[in-house]
Amino acid sequence: MSLPRLLLMPIRTSKQGQQVNIGKDHDDYLTMTTTLTVHPDDLKERNIPNGARVIVRTDHGEAEFVCTEGKVPRGMAFVPYGPPTCKLMGGDTDGTGMPTSKGWEFDMEEVRNAE
Amino acid sequence: MPLAVTKFATCAGCACVCDDLELRANDERIFEAKNACELGRSWFLERPVSKVEATINGKPASLGDAIDRAAMILYEADSPLVFGLGETTAEAQREAVALAERLDATLDTETSLTHGTMELAAQLGGKVTGTLGEIRNRADLAVYWGANPVKTHPRHLERYSVHSTGKFRSRSDRTFVVVDVRESETAKEADVFLRIRPETDFEALTALRCLVRGQRIVRENLAETGLSFDQLRDLAERLKRARYGVIFVGMGLLQTRGKHMNASAATSLGIALNATGRFLVMPLRTPGNIGGADAMLDYATGYPFGVNFSRRYPRYNPGEFTAADLLERQDVDAALIVGANAMKRLPDAARTQLDRIPTIVIDREIANATVSITTAPAGISASGTVYRNDKIPIGLRPPIRSSRPSDEFVLRRIRDAIPD
Repeated sequence: MSLPRLLLMPIRTSKQGQQVNIGKDHDDYLTMTTTLTVHPDDLKERNIPNGARVIVRTDHGEAEFVCTEGKVPRGMAFVPYGPPTCKLMGGDTDGTGMPTSKGWEFDMEEVRNAE
Repeated sequence: MPLAVTKFATCAGCACVCDDLELRANDERIFEAKNACELGRSWFLERPVSKVEATINGKPASLGDAIDRAAMILYEADSPLVFGLGETTAEAQREAVALAERLDATLDTETSLTHGTMELAAQLGGKVTGTLGEIRNRADLAVYWGANPVKTHPRHLERYSVHSTGKFRSRSDRTFVVVDVRESETAKEADVFLRIRPETDFEALTALRCLVRGQRIVRENLAETGLSFDQLRDLAERLKRARYGVIFVGMGLLQTRGKHMNASAATSLGIALNATGRFLVMPLRTPGNIGGADAMLDYATGYPFGVNFSRRYPRYNPGEFTAADLLERQDVDAALIVGANAMKRLPDAARTQLDRIPTIVIDREIANATVSITTAPAGISASGTVYRNDKIPIGLRPPIRSSRPSDEFVLRRIRDAIPD
């Protein structure tokens, strides 16, 4: 039986806000915006170890993240906004001018190094 | 050499626009920002400024050449876009409106990517306005819905809301409610925290409006919100009891499924609550002067964002004249972007289109664009006006003098350089 898709919730954080001032091309910003926080049971259910690199796929695109366990609700994953989350965002704005930025359903798959 | 002190300096790092900062700076950089939050300190102390004046196709160029090239690109375009403006002054925003009008261009701001749905809700059903000063002095109830100001607007609670001490209210007189999908840092400080299921904000807000107005609701239908009837009834009673209440809405409400209808449900609840007390619904805006962009576009064109001048008079249509849509549809053949961060907020498809067309970027740093012009950052070395979250205009007090021109100056020079 396939597992239900998780919901992606891009958020703003204080560190991300500070890093935006320093520059969005810095390594620290990239690290921050590619770190996905997921409930430990959601990771266990998918046989993904804490700290693993994963490919996240929405209906609109895919991007690579590092998974970390955290105190977040089950079924949701949180990540600071950044270039990787923009890759997962669809362009349709439903006539409002604003693309849906939160609440995309996604699958994730561990990235395994080639043997 | 002693450091010069600037008192009552204004920070435009976020829409709080705190104007009680004390800066210590020499001619080149700021060393201390007293009273600033962590975002403000980083905004004043850590923002790099480019040593290169301008580039054309990645090669260093003089300001004059860059302005002439930018003017020609925009003049030759059939359907240019002017976009961004969230991190610049109201004076530069006014120049951007004049330039867009001169070019018969489309003008859109980061409002469309952030709290634009709140503007749509106001157009649907009206809104009640007020200032953060009123809230500080009078509010006895503050609800934060889908917002986490502890991290995004760090001094908001202390200066304008639940933790502030106003003329008539202080923390002990106020009730602090948070509604969010997770127990955020702000939720941990709240008197009441309601954890709502994702994408059920519209249902919960509509149920609250029914309860406030004494209308019947089907209890079983509330299950999908993750909130019980008793929780919602308790919140509705608190809302009705408040003499002066405010709901601050964040991107958790405005950027999820439902968008402007979520915002409309919140403003409709606020309007209903004005039958029993005074009640405001206000977005927590980001970035720093995006409220100024709304105010300036409203004043100059009649519309807050997504304005098209191709028929020589302003037309407004979100979804048609907004940056993400225009770029996705490839309806733009040149773009002028004021503030490089605006580009990075766009979805991938829209950003890809920006790579295909000539772009001009005006920013404090050199950007990857056909023409990149560096300017003095507003509030650091350029003066002007920014609008606080409640659209109160506040003057900047830049502590440094810069050899770089302001955004306003560059935009005016580009307009002047466009052939007749």
